[in-house]
Formats: sequence, C-alpha cells, structure tokens
Amino acid sequence: MTEALAPPPQTQPAADKTSLITGSEAIAVACKLADVDVITAYPIRPYDTVMQYVAKLVANGELDCEYIVAESEHSQFEIVKHASAVGARVFCGSSGVGWMYAFEALTVTPALRIPMVAMVGNRALDDPGAFGVEHNDALAVRDLGWQLVWVDNAQEALDTALIAYRVAEDRRIFLPCAISCDGAFLTHSQALVKVPSQEKVKAFLPRYDRGDLLLHPDNPITVAPQANEDWLMEIRRQTAAAMERSSSVIREAYADFERIFGRSYGNPFFEEYQTDDADVVLVGMGTLSTPVKVAIRQMRQEGKKVGFVRVRWFRPFAAQELAATLGRFKAVGVIDRDFSLGAPYHSGVLATEVRAAMYPAASRPPILGFICGLGGREVTVPDVKKMTDSVYLAAEGKTQPGTKWIGLRE
Amino acid sequence: MAVSDKDMAELLKLRPTQTLDPFKGVKKLPLEEFFTSGHRTCQGCESALVMKMMVKAAGPRTIVLGSTGCMYVANTTYYSTSWVVPWMHTQLGSSGSAGLGTAAALKVLMRKGKIKEEPINVIAFCGDGGGADMGLSAISATLTHPDYNLLMLMYDNESYANTDIQLSGSTPYGAHTTFSPPGKVKRIMHHRWKKNLAGMLAAGHPTCRYIATVDMSYPVYSMNAVRKALSIGGPTFIHSMDPCPKGWDYDPIQSHELGELVVTTGIWPLYEVEDGVLKLVGKTRDIADGRLKRLPVRDYLLRQGRFAHFTEDDIAYFQSKVDESWERWLIPGVIPFKKQLEEDRPPA
Repeated sequence: MTEALAPPPQTQPAADKTSLITGSEAIAVACKLADVDVITAYPIRPYDTVMQYVAKLVANGELDCEYIVAESEHSQFEIVKHASAVGARVFCGSSGVGWMYAFEALTVTPALRIPMVAMVGNRALDDPGAFGVEHNDALAVRDLGWQLVWVDNAQEALDTALIAYRVAEDRRIFLPCAISCDGAFLTHSQALVKVPSQEKVKAFLPRYDRGDLLLHPDNPITVAPQANEDWLMEIRRQTAAAMERSSSVIREAYADFERIFGRSYGNPFFEEYQTDDADVVLVGMGTLSTPVKVAIRQMRQEGKKVGFVRVRWFRPFAAQELAATLGRFKAVGVIDRDFSLGAPYHSGVLATEVRAAMYPAASRPPILGFICGLGGREVTVPDVKKMTDSVYLAAEGKTQPGTKWIGLRE
Repeated sequence: MAVSDKDMAELLKLRPTQTLDPFKGVKKLPLEEFFTSGHRTCQGCESALVMKMMVKAAGPRTIVLGSTGCMYVANTTYYSTSWVVPWMHTQLGSSGSAGLGTAAALKVLMRKGKIKEEPINVIAFCGDGGGADMGLSAISATLTHPDYNLLMLMYDNESYANTDIQLSGSTPYGAHTTFSPPGKVKRIMHHRWKKNLAGMLAAGHPTCRYIATVDMSYPVYSMNAVRKALSIGGPTFIHSMDPCPKGWDYDPIQSHELGELVVTTGIWPLYEVEDGVLKLVGKTRDIADGRLKRLPVRDYLLRQGRFAHFTEDDIAYFQSKVDESWERWLIPGVIPFKKQLEEDRPPA
C-alpha cells in the first residue's frame, strides 16, 4: 500500500496518444518519432500519401529534417543512400513502377550496407495501369539484401517502422528495410493508432552510428571501389552474413519493443490465427488478412477447422520455423497477391518460397498456390471459402492443381 | 516586401562555405596532393590530371563522390585507392543525387549537432556519359536546390571511354567510336552535334550562382574555377574538356597541346557564369576581343585518329558549325540562339 502512495517517478514516460490515422500517416509519425534526418519524395500513388504527411510535419515545424523533392525515383533513392553514408538517418519510399525505376539504387543500397528504411505502398506494375495493390514491386528486390516486411494495419505500420530503424541500423546488420503497406487498403484507410511518446522511442531506438564506415574528412575512407573477381565474392559473402544475422536481431528488437512499449506481436516473423486446432491453413501477406479472418470465423461456425498464417517478414524468411508450423496441418493453401510467371507450378512468389522452405521438413502436407486480388481487386469472403474448399480436397488426398487463379472472370 | 539575398540565405539556412582564395600562379600551388599514386589511368590521361588538380584546389576537408566511368574504374581498384580524401562511388547517372544527398546530410547533421560544425566541400564528379547523358536530369534538379553547397564536375573525354569508346551525347560530330565506326557505305555514323552542356545548364538554372567551362591545359584558371565554385555557395557546375589518348587516338604526349588547340580553334570556349554574369576567359576572350585569330579546326581534327576518315567536305562542315557558333550565336560559343532574334526586334 505504501508503494501506491509514492509519487510517480519523474522519468515516467508520457502516456500514448491515440490518433485516427491512415497507414501512410502512421509511418510519417514514425519518421517524426525517429527524428529522421533526410527524407526524399517523388510522387506516385499510393505510397506518396506518406510524403504528403511528412511535408505537413516539416512545414509545421514538427519534424526537423532535410525534405527533398527529387526529380525521379532513381534520384530519390540515390540521395538518401548518400545521406546515410555520411551518417544521416533516412527515409524514402515508392510504389509499383516507381520502385522499379529506382531499381539500380535499390540494388546498390544493401551492397553498400546502407540502413535505409523505405515504405512500399504496394501497387500493381504497369501495363495496363492500375492503382491497386499487388506485391510484385517490393518482391522484386527479394534477392538483393533488402529486409522485407509486410504489415496489415496502421498500428503495425508505425511500430514496424520503429523496429525497422532499430534492426537496419544495428551494426551487425546495416542492411536496408522496406515496409510494405498494401495500396489503398492500408495506405489510405484510417484506424485508431496508439502513438507512443518520444521518451519511449528514445529508449528503444539508439542513434544511428555509422562507425568506421562513416564518410567524413576525419575518416577518409574509399567506399565501393572496383573489386572485380579478386574480392567481390568475399564482399558479397559479408552482406549475406549480415542477412543471416538479421533474424536474431529482429527477435531482439521485438522483445525490446514489447518491454518498452508494452505491446506484443508474439512471433515477429508470422502471425498465427486460429491455428491451434486447425485441420488446414491458408497463408498470405498484408491486408488480405481481414477477409481471410472473417471467412475463417464463418467457416468455423460451419464446423470447418481452418486457420491462417500471416507472413510478416519475407526477408529474412523464417523457413525452419514456418516449416515446423505448417507441418502440423493436413494441407496448406498459399495466397499470393503477386505473380511469378514461369515459376515452378506457375505459382506466385510466396507459394514457391513456402514449398522451398517445406522440402527438408519432416512433415510435408500438400501445398496449393492461389493467385488472388491482383491490381487491387478485393479478396472476398467467398474467394477465401473457395480456396479453402480446394485445400480441404487436397487434405483428403484428392489431386489439386498446383496453382489456381481465384476471383477471375473466365 | 521584397526578399533580400540575406533573407533568402536565412530562409534556406545556407551554411557557410570554405573561403578558397584564387591561386596566384602555378608556382604558388600547394605541394600537398590528395589524389596520389595507386591509380591506373592511361598514359597522357587528362581526366586523371583533372582529378588531381580538382582536389588539390579543394583541399583536405573535402568529400568526393565519383560516378561510374574511367575515373571510378581506373582510380579506385580495391586495396589501392588513389584518394587521400574520403571518396565514395555513385551510380552512373547519380552524380547530382550523390552530391545533393551528401550535402543535405552534412547540413542537417551539423544543424542538429550530430556532427561537428565546419564547412566541408562536397564534390560530385561524372564523365560525359554520366553527365551529358544519363545523369543530366539529376544534375539539373540539384542545380535548382539553392540550399545546399556542392560542386558537380563533369570530366568530358567525349565518349564512354571506360567501356571501350562508345559515343555519348558529348561526342563531337563524325567522330569514330566503337558505336560509330566509319564503314564502306556510311563514312559518318554519328551525325549528332555535341551537347552544349555548360551553356544549357547556365541558361536553364537562373538561381545557380556559378557555372564554368575549364580545360587542364590552363591549370591555374581551372583550379581557381573549382575554388570559386566551392566558395560561392549553393550548387555549382564545372564542365572540363579532357583530351583522351585512347578515345581520340593520338600519341599521349600531345594531350596538353590538344587541350590548347580545342580552345584556340574556338571549338571549346572557356567561360564563367557567375551570378548570371558571363565572363569569357583566357584565349577565348582573346578570340572574342579580336586579339587572337581562331585557328582552323583542321589543325585540331587531323591530329586525332577519330577524325582520320574525314574528307575535306567533313572538315568544311565542322568548320562551318564552329564559325556559326562564333558569328551567329546570340552569345558566341555559349548560347545557341541566332542573332536573327536581335534583327527581328532591334533595341529601341
């Protein structure tokens, strides 16, 4: 009882503020909380809403950074790449073909060990034009050393942006991180978000210290010389080793996040929904989680024990852990909001990765691939039920096609 | 109320630059080198000389960003860098963005007290492929940012010389490159006239405070151009004309002489545009003022294997285009609008 009467400690952090904001705005708020130094913008829908919010924060004096409107995505990413090399915390982003226009810069950023944090407002690639979500933009960099994470709500967007800085700027990693937010469904949808206090963020996120890699007259190094066959492989191996260390650093960051902010995401790499007693599961990334969860609740009332696994971190890919989890079920259906034309079994990217992850596993249930919701088309509850029916047939031993396109006009 | 220059500087939070006074002559140059041994450029490479003089002019508190090209590949072999100052590679089309990002970061980190406050020079260089072709958009954009101090320098050896001598937007008319070889049916494969890059950038970026053309056959002027570009504040641009023994096909001993001839034939005018005021320099000024007669372009062209296939007609055409730039351009050698404009609308 005496403890309750004691005055609160002076250092007690301010309480979280709750705001009704979109996914894009949540990431802009994270930039402010992280005291980002250099931000570059270039317009393309739907990601560019984040830069509109950033511009307002700068104009109102709430965010002190160099805010530069570039003349192309290539320059946008190159500018922050170089800013990061001299020790600035940076933020950038793009969507669809804009992300592809920056591809050269995206290639060298992890190779230079630049801890850039970027937002991808996932959008269908041209042509034909479509503003809606597809995951092919962000997935295009999956081999290059980018850490890739998908979020499905505005709170997770804000939290993950802070976690992304913490992981990317960890000296053991120094690799960029892209946060994927589904175009429209997340970038433009408002939700109540707990905005943490500056004190908590300070406790969670240390200063970016470029260390011995800092480009400065006091540290006159030569960065990225011509290495050729003499040394390229050893340098590449160092980048690969950093990515291999990423999983444990991500785990540490989530544990610290829970300790400081009092919010837990459980397993950082994937979220499991109603999987404890499930016969079959669906697997997917991003905001399709909403219709999938609604459909699962309905199907469970009909007696079907269906679960869902939402993959958050695509790079690094939690292969062993995911394989152990998925091995518990009778069949698995992977929903891709992307395509990978000519891939094994004509599946999407995620299904192909899941199959690769499952191969060494002791238990290997049948894995079906579904391609659904391209170009921003809604993934509907009937779509989810249709996919689940196929997964059940596979679970019963009935041969199913390796890949089905769902919600398609025939 | 009008915004004064001082108000604007306050608005832009422009940081002070280093004060780099002009060198008073070649014997007064500092001996200290910041671009030293360890490179493997060709014998007679003028661009390597540009690098050496550029950074000698800038001094030790300088960050250099180099886009892909000869001065990347030949100068920074892993484990044998020739750069004493900090140096970082940037992509072929990124010199403008590299300079901008570096300058922006220094500015904000000093403002926030995250690094020590001091003026640090930022120089981003590119070749003509990286500047006149691929990187033009980023260079142009950077020149519109009055709030960052940096110099972009283009070393122009008139081809993609690192990748095997392919033509660029800066290759002169008719030159033999591996992408424009003279053949049995077509003698001239390259019909495009060289871009007037410095003039284009000066005309198109009215808030840019300093743009110059240089040539390391005139080293004191060229180094002082670098010093002025770094001192004046805001983004600046220098276009350097660099004879290239490999790409132009001549004996390396002639680099310096060709660097003079390109000026004295009137092909390469030397000038500075400072705060919108054009100043012709050196031999170019002598030509403009009538103290020096332009030498025929033949004297320059026929010294180089890349023009060995030229006929008399080709030389005459080349001469006529150079003559036109001196006799009919609104500002000789700089702005390619014809004097017709004046004739149509005579001054009142």
